[in-house]
Amino acid sequence: MNLWIWILVACLLSYLTKLAGYLVPARLMENPRMTRVAGTLTIGLLASLTAVNTFSSGQALVVDARLAALLAAAVALWLRAPFLVVVLAGAAAAALARFLGAA
Amino acid sequence: MEFSKSPAARVGLSIAVATGLYGVSFGALSVASGLDLLQTMALSLLLFSGGSQFAFIGVVGGGGSGAAAMSASGLLGIRNAVYGMQMNAMLRPRRWRRFAAAQVTIDESTATATGQSDPLEQSRGFWVAGIGIYVLWNVFTLVGALLGNALGDPAQWGLDGAAVAAFLGLLWPRLKAREPAAIAVVCALVTLLAVPFVPPGVPILVAALVAGLLGWFSFGPSREGLEPDVEPYPSEGRP
Repeated sequence: MNLWIWILVACLLSYLTKLAGYLVPARLMENPRMTRVAGTLTIGLLASLTAVNTFSSGQALVVDARLAALLAAAVALWLRAPFLVVVLAGAAAAALARFLGAA
Repeated sequence: MEFSKSPAARVGLSIAVATGLYGVSFGALSVASGLDLLQTMALSLLLFSGGSQFAFIGVVGGGGSGAAAMSASGLLGIRNAVYGMQMNAMLRPRRWRRFAAAQVTIDESTATATGQSDPLEQSRGFWVAGIGIYVLWNVFTLVGALLGNALGDPAQWGLDGAAVAAFLGLLWPRLKAREPAAIAVVCALVTLLAVPFVPPGVPILVAALVAGLLGWFSFGPSREGLEPDVEPYPSEGRP
């Protein structure tokens, strides 16, 4: 139940963020720094989420089948595969590595 | 020009199909992260911003708190305010249309509109891509969630590997130069250094702080990091 509250807060926050672009006068929001920070935040958070989902298990750092997924996804992206194929490559690599005995 | 011959509407439709389809992966990964079907659908219907939705379930799936998940998703959504500002200036929506436009203001609808030069085409591109993605993203989220529920043990099917691939897939189009790649490497390293010392979910917020400071104090192309996950105009390049 607790998670529901955070889901709804996240949804509200997302809508208000989008709406702010339309309702807040542009002269108050439009500055190159804001645009730049929005961009670096996006890069930093996605890189961080990639790292955490690959190497963390709770508060421990581990190397397991997910590393194979990361490498397979990188190869698929390098070959300009569409997003869904990249995701399937990641799943297949992790499942295969686990089948072959990786943790 | 007739709507049926509109180049922007055509681009909008094809981007809607490409983006909507990967709602399958979001739905499946969301239930694998421990959200139920209704919670998964709430994120796609109400939050509706791919990266932020993946961030939310990525934090929860890694054992992070709801508050950390909400923070990561909120920070990742800040770029939508920048898009909203651009679309407001470009399309000047009035009354209720503003509130509808806000909900479908995401990477792809913005990119589809900004790729056109004629005002009518800009408007068509935005609305066709925005509404098209909204409908298909939700349909395919539902398909993915039902599929994920049917699969059973997520690890056996490599769904944790699918999550890794999804985040790399979202990051990849934003790494077109050395400088954004350097930001990505720094933030990934900061995250891993923080993992043993703080509760799950918090390392991502530490990386966000570093990324924000790097953006605030360094100079770079202002559009960096604001590339769409699926490029509407792949052969022509971004204007």
